[in-house]
Amino acid sequence: MTPSPIITAQGLAKSFTVKKQRVDAVHPLDLEVQRGELLAFLGPNGAGKSTTLRMLTTLLPPTAGTASVVGFDVARDPAEVRRRIGYIGQGNSAGHNQRVRDELISQGAFYGLGRAETARRADELIESLDLTAIATRGVMALSGGQKRRLDIALGLIHSPELLFLDEPSTGLDPQSRANLWRHIIDLRETHGTTIFVTTHYLEEADQFAERVMVMDHGRVIADDSAAELKTQLAGDVITLGFAGAAPAIPESTRVDDRTVTLTVDHGDRLLPGLIRDLDDAGTPVLSAAIRQHTLDDVFLTLTGRSLRDEVATTTAPENEEVPA
Amino acid sequence: MTAITDRPAPGRTAPVRSTIARDTWNVFVRELRPVVRDPFSLIFSLLQPLVFLGLFGALLIGQSGEPASVTLQWFVPGILVMIALFGAGITGSNLLFEMQTGSHERTLVAPISRSSLLIGRALKEMAPIVVQATIIALVTVPFGFTIDLAGMLIGLVLLAILGVGLGSLSYALALASRNKDWMFWAVQQGVLFPVMILSGMLLPLDQAPGWLTTAAAFNPLSYIVPAERALFAGDILSPTVAWGFVAAFVLAVVGLAVGIRAIRTRR
Repeated sequence: MTPSPIITAQGLAKSFTVKKQRVDAVHPLDLEVQRGELLAFLGPNGAGKSTTLRMLTTLLPPTAGTASVVGFDVARDPAEVRRRIGYIGQGNSAGHNQRVRDELISQGAFYGLGRAETARRADELIESLDLTAIATRGVMALSGGQKRRLDIALGLIHSPELLFLDEPSTGLDPQSRANLWRHIIDLRETHGTTIFVTTHYLEEADQFAERVMVMDHGRVIADDSAAELKTQLAGDVITLGFAGAAPAIPESTRVDDRTVTLTVDHGDRLLPGLIRDLDDAGTPVLSAAIRQHTLDDVFLTLTGRSLRDEVATTTAPENEEVPA
Repeated sequence: MTAITDRPAPGRTAPVRSTIARDTWNVFVRELRPVVRDPFSLIFSLLQPLVFLGLFGALLIGQSGEPASVTLQWFVPGILVMIALFGAGITGSNLLFEMQTGSHERTLVAPISRSSLLIGRALKEMAPIVVQATIIALVTVPFGFTIDLAGMLIGLVLLAILGVGLGSLSYALALASRNKDWMFWAVQQGVLFPVMILSGMLLPLDQAPGWLTTAAAFNPLSYIVPAERALFAGDILSPTVAWGFVAAFVLAVVGLAVGIRAIRTRR
């Protein structure tokens, strides 16, 4: 069977006008996603991840370019695209004044499932997503993790072959996050569902996705497997701390006055000798750490900024956009 | 292990193309479910009209010097319009909340038409209004309010049409207030009270100054309130009733047009 892409995009772009200034949220983007892929879309807040996702899910008309999703053009045939995709947005999908099972039943009707099929699917999803005990409860009374599981159930009512998730784990406790990913992985392994997930958690992309796309300032700056991205940055990261001012070490980066980092191959074998040499040179090493590259290093190398800082400090509002 | 999704069988035809009527029905049913699940919520939201009925009504009876039954015959139909005004007027806050959570976004990704999302919601407003108005009308009967049965049924239809118009406008306002929910409340409160006073539902407009009468002439409710009074009195074929229906229809058509436009243009 020849693999046919489930998503293709050519020159897909979006710009907004914010306070009379043109802001390019997404620069022309070419993209191809194969059936069955699990793609993590990584980047800081405001990088354009959600905007891209919203264009692919027909929520936002592109300013330029075209995109075909599950065989239909997002601009010409939005209804056909909607029918075939599942979308789990950043917010909670269930109405606050509704009950859990009722929302699933309504959702089934929205997707044109018959009454009996809707009921069957609703009960299946309630069971598989551990919602049985709360099926007749009001949405307002649910915990964050329960609401998120209901979001997933709602997104899956029509058994979509392609599922979009926009930062599904944001705001969840570690246990709920692990639980959520277990469901996503499960879904893929059992049914071959194509999964397109945005996240700003590096660990998640690292751990679960076979393909990682990194976006920054509206551009895709890397697109590869997590392992491949990390091997591009060969070697280990050694961080050395000194009691006084750090000496000049070739090819090292100064973190602060007393700390330097350097990237080397076989750091584990090199480190003992390095410490001895520095000791002999009269600049004794106070602390030494060695670690493997993470996706954060990839991001740092690609953008010159740490993703962690970005997550903490970026305030760019992705949702307060005014279409141009 | 339970299957989470079933892949559509190869060759299975695509689901049938949706129709606006079916989508509207599905939205209507979804909106109605919480009401059916918790019918007592309808009684609780009757608190405000009951306060007006009990306090303002008593005041009015004392002021008029006429028997309670005469005053109630004038006052109760106005209270029924008030139920529609306050109930349907506030209904956009529901959508406002759903826009903040992500529930509205979820329905935008579903294969249902944008107009249905609004029409279904607006039509649902009819149900609580009819139930609430019936309760209030029946509650006042022991105090001397008399009901012409046919007139009351037609009166409920008139209120239902009014609810569709007011509900649509409230939803349109919610859509326009996206990202700034204070605006919804500011406009809603700012419109509600003038519309209430200018409808003559609390005090007759007969002795109003000319400018106020002129303003009231542009208020659809000032045609609907007298129409309800005529209907409950059994004066079904009077021109007052006809004008009430004209006003309600115009409001419903304008409301739906504004609402549909709002939901189509606002993402």
